[in-house]
Amino acid sequence: MKYAYYPGCSLECSSAAYDMSVRAVADLLGIELREIDDWNCCGATEYFSQDELTACAVIARNLALIEPQLDQVVAPCAACYLNLRKVDSLMKEDPALADKINQCLAAGRLHYDPGRVRVRHLLDLIHTDIGETAIKDKVVQPLTGLRVACYYGCQIVRPYDGFDNPEQPVKLDELMTWVGAEVVDFPVKAHCCGGHMTQISEPQAFELIRRLLHNAAEYRADLILCMCPMCQLNLDAYQNRVNSFFGTNYQIPIIFFTQLLGVAFGLDWKKLGFGKEIVPAEPVLRKKLTAPAATA
Amino acid sequence: MVGTTLELRGSPFLHEIIQEVPGGERIVRCLQCGTCGGSCPNGADMQYTPRTIFAMIAANQREKVLKANTMWFCVSCYFCVSRCPQKIPITDIMYGLKRIAIRERMYQDTDAPALAKTFTDLLDKYGRSFELGLASRYYLFNRPIAMLKMGPMGLSMFTRGRMSLVPTKIKNIEQLQSIIRKARELGGTQQ
Repeated sequence: MKYAYYPGCSLECSSAAYDMSVRAVADLLGIELREIDDWNCCGATEYFSQDELTACAVIARNLALIEPQLDQVVAPCAACYLNLRKVDSLMKEDPALADKINQCLAAGRLHYDPGRVRVRHLLDLIHTDIGETAIKDKVVQPLTGLRVACYYGCQIVRPYDGFDNPEQPVKLDELMTWVGAEVVDFPVKAHCCGGHMTQISEPQAFELIRRLLHNAAEYRADLILCMCPMCQLNLDAYQNRVNSFFGTNYQIPIIFFTQLLGVAFGLDWKKLGFGKEIVPAEPVLRKKLTAPAATA
Repeated sequence: MVGTTLELRGSPFLHEIIQEVPGGERIVRCLQCGTCGGSCPNGADMQYTPRTIFAMIAANQREKVLKANTMWFCVSCYFCVSRCPQKIPITDIMYGLKRIAIRERMYQDTDAPALAKTFTDLLDKYGRSFELGLASRYYLFNRPIAMLKMGPMGLSMFTRGRMSLVPTKIKNIEQLQSIIRKARELGGTQQ
């Protein structure tokens, strides 16, 4: 199975643990990820609030750079995933816009035919294309007794109808059950982490983060699994500031779902990027998992 | 149009929004049900909820809408879009309002335009986002006091190898810049 791979800027550095664990897990599952050569930033939400056509053209360059023999692209980051889907879908719905975007691409000697590439999220790919049997076969360290809250955030499940329910998604819950984890109820699993509001208006962002931490703590989750770099950053890096703001004392490790999947598959923890999270995850993993198959 | 509920004729601003936003013509289907505001994580902090904004657009209250804080509290979570019974692209309309407010410098009391501009300036220059450059430039010029509070967090990100001191530039930056120039020329906005 070969897919084009669009890591996105966050995975290069601030969410390197996501990139490392995505590559390690994909390799083990026989998923060949071919990184788009010379990809550029998707602009997240910031270009759309200034200039629609430039936003679309910048994103479309990545679609146009995908090797002709590949017809699917995987984006682990929520913003990257949404933006690729959004531009592909806008171009399909609006031929006049598609033409304009292609005029922009032509200035860089590129072209993209809407619909040529199918944009996938990694969770969908692992859940659907790999599937339960193959996943269960690879487990060498069942996550028995580990209580996980599966956090989906916004842009992977909304607005495009896709592989999961937009309000109460379940695919990550199922995947974690396959590898033996105890999935806790987490009613706010598809609520917002505050996004870029942490940089614009802290009180609003901190309240949204607090709700998520509070909900996970109420259901006695040992850790929260993320699939979006922004969610991970807001919940992990801002956790201490949120604690000082509200006088709370949450210490909930926030990791990427691929990191925990890698633990279940017995991969080396260092190669999965453990140690990069600010609230450390290794103590609770060591405590809860009996006889870890791999250690740091 | 089937299902038209907002009055179209009297409001040039309504036509402007329809021009500005792909799929924006669906705004006229708004039933004023309020599901959007009720679903919004930041609805309580908005001066006007999206439902009210749509009624104000139909009433041609251009200046009041463009000076409102509503769109700056939209974090693109798409809850409203996924619940809207009329399938109005509410988030995209919020983006459209942000664009007009930025073009005409009508926004008030928000650092969101500065953050967006700093972010995309770096993208235009390097082809990739540069987090340290973004944070230092944005905070220094817009929130110098908040910058002090960011120090310990920045340091812990840095010691864990999560913050690069130098930007990454894509190989073919000229190609990206030609595409961006063309987009601006074809009706993109002045930056």
